[in-house]
Amino acid sequence: METGVPLAAYLGLGLFMFVVGVVGVIIRRNPIVIFMCIELMLNSVNLTFLAFAKYGPATANADPYQHAMAGQMAVIFVMAVAAAEVAVGLGIIMMIFRSRNTIDVDEVNLLRG
Amino acid sequence: MPVQATPDLMIFGVLAGLAAMTAVGVVAFRNAVRSALCLVLNFFSLAFLYFTLQAELLGMTQIIVYTGAIMVLFLFVIMLLNLGSLQVLDERPDLIKKGLGFLFGGALFGLTATQVVQPFLQTSQQFAPEGFGSPQAVGRTLFTSYVWPFEIASILLLIGIVGSILLAKRRI
Repeated sequence: METGVPLAAYLGLGLFMFVVGVVGVIIRRNPIVIFMCIELMLNSVNLTFLAFAKYGPATANADPYQHAMAGQMAVIFVMAVAAAEVAVGLGIIMMIFRSRNTIDVDEVNLLRG
Repeated sequence: MPVQATPDLMIFGVLAGLAAMTAVGVVAFRNAVRSALCLVLNFFSLAFLYFTLQAELLGMTQIIVYTGAIMVLFLFVIMLLNLGSLQVLDERPDLIKKGLGFLFGGALFGLTATQVVQPFLQTSQQFAPEGFGSPQAVGRTLFTSYVWPFEIASILLLIGIVGSILLAKRRI
């Protein structure tokens, strides 16, 4: 089955979003925005998983159904981990803000050796 | 490889352009509220991209979990800490950091595009069977082959609940 959209288009979009997330984590200092960039990276990987699930196995003797399901299962577990991560991470950010009254990640350097 | 301008490709182009622009907006806006709203739009366009890949259940889950739950949590914390105003966190321009960030990003993009994406340039055949993204198919697989990771995920979520309550409460 062909729909006219090549697999490389989805992979390219996922790669672009991942790189934007990496650059954001490096250049921003607001921990909330850094968190959002991490979510962006997780989502770009999800898109890549689903694209590979849809466009079938690269090897000839793999089962297409199991292959498509494996990609979707990976996405489900990434979503579950992301939900837990956001709850704990935002709790940590709130605690830092309460105890230090700043959330600038360059100012919070208590663990620096 | 010739690429015909099919309706599918045009829909993909619109959604992908929206997703790419809002992804840049998340990083580029100085105001955290605007970044969060950009991320909401990004997650919406991603959900519709999942629909174009016929992963209907995951598209709905994307809208409910990400834009419904996670982004509401983000906006709640931003407004609770009043991070939307720029006085709270004035990010001074740091040219070394920015230069290094764009350098690393460009290098990562170039390396992955030439080494990982390039072998898949010819692939446009879709092998996945019909209805592989339906709730029935996903549910059956989740509770047969993947029931052990599913239970582990539930324990992880329980630990997440306990941990976030422990962090956020002043006195237990």
